[in-house]
Amino acid sequence: MWCKRIIPCLDVKYNRVVKGTNFLSLKDAGDPVELAKLYYQERADEIVFLDISASLENRKTMVDMVSAVAQEVFIPFTIGGGISSLADIEALLRAGADKVSLNSAAIANPKLIENAAREFGSQAVVIAMDAKRTEKGWTVYSKGGSLATGLDAMEWAEKAVSLGAGELLVTSIDRDGTKSGFDLELTAALSKLVSVPVIASGGAGKMRDFYDVFQQTKASAALAANLFHYGTLGIPELKKYLQENGVDIRV
Amino acid sequence: MIAIIDYGAGNTANVKNAFTRLGAETMVSSNPKLWEKADGLILPGVGSFGAAMQRIEQNSSELASLIKQKPFLGICLGMQLMFEKSEESQGVSGLGIINGSVKKFNGDLPVPHTGWNLVSISDATLLDGISDFYAYFVHSYYCEPADKRLTMATTNYGKKFPSIIARKNILLTQFHPEKSGESGLLLLKNFIKEVRK
Repeated sequence: MWCKRIIPCLDVKYNRVVKGTNFLSLKDAGDPVELAKLYYQERADEIVFLDISASLENRKTMVDMVSAVAQEVFIPFTIGGGISSLADIEALLRAGADKVSLNSAAIANPKLIENAAREFGSQAVVIAMDAKRTEKGWTVYSKGGSLATGLDAMEWAEKAVSLGAGELLVTSIDRDGTKSGFDLELTAALSKLVSVPVIASGGAGKMRDFYDVFQQTKASAALAANLFHYGTLGIPELKKYLQENGVDIRV
Repeated sequence: MIAIIDYGAGNTANVKNAFTRLGAETMVSSNPKLWEKADGLILPGVGSFGAAMQRIEQNSSELASLIKQKPFLGICLGMQLMFEKSEESQGVSGLGIINGSVKKFNGDLPVPHTGWNLVSISDATLLDGISDFYAYFVHSYYCEPADKRLTMATTNYGKKFPSIIARKNILLTQFHPEKSGESGLLLLKNFIKEVRK
């Protein structure tokens, strides 16, 4: 039984988890390592860390964080945000990250995908794509969703996979933060198009949204941030619900 | 002391972290003299069959002989390298410790097989009574031993393949026990017990 994955995402800025949390049980709910440990204990299938400080001075801090997480968390985790060179990738993987996610740097320099995949294997290379609806389909944005690249989401996905991306993390800019559910059309179209796993992101607001994305698209995983952080929804509760509704899941 | 064999491919940090958590001392080493002193050996592995064999080639005979003597754990590619050959790298010989070959998945499902899947135990004699559990996989190829009796557990991904193979002192897992949560750690704990015997 190949399981669908539930992935909490932590936005990290200068080694602190951004956005308050409701985890009263934690000594320091702003500590990414503490929070990652909690998600690990709750049987999250994977964890994604997005570094939104993304400054060069911060690189060393991120590597230290990765190595602290790797000593506490025995499930795969991905790190993304501002990664732009093979040296960055190598440092993060060596510190214990299983995958890196590339976004703006891969758009600016698609060769980075190819080089990273050759050097570290496709399994370690996730392409994060922020997509927004247009009249004709979806267009890709870079720089944290602030810059329209003019790239068509489907074309970029195919290109990224052909260059060696092992997984796509697709965030709907339209749905992000709305709690109105994942963009099912976008996720369905992409997960049908590419042969690699697609992670749906942006818009999760309730348990049913996860059921829908697994039922109506070929997404392999679903990601959420605030929903889990604020304690609105617990991962064990979500997984139990999905299992009871016939979704293959690791409970 | 357990030696984690470092041949410049794959992340040894996570394997070491898992053993540290379980209270076992490990060293990451590319030196066969140190492997020889260890009480147990681990061959982790990420990357391609051919590239890995190329990297261990100069030490392959020492390695092959040590694998027959000490408690040994091969993970993922480290499992596949025990076989005679792989469809991933035609013309390259593996260590040939287990008879059989490594095949590529060719069904409708995405390759690599990435994520959590069920490990169904078929023979628990060498697994210290572990029962079925979920484990984390990342691989495009699977092992096909000539002797089916060596298969201790299977997993289904379009087809059934061996996810745990064991023979005497040799334990091989296609999944990553160091990334498979508490169940993975339990398997590693059992390996540590073997090493300490």
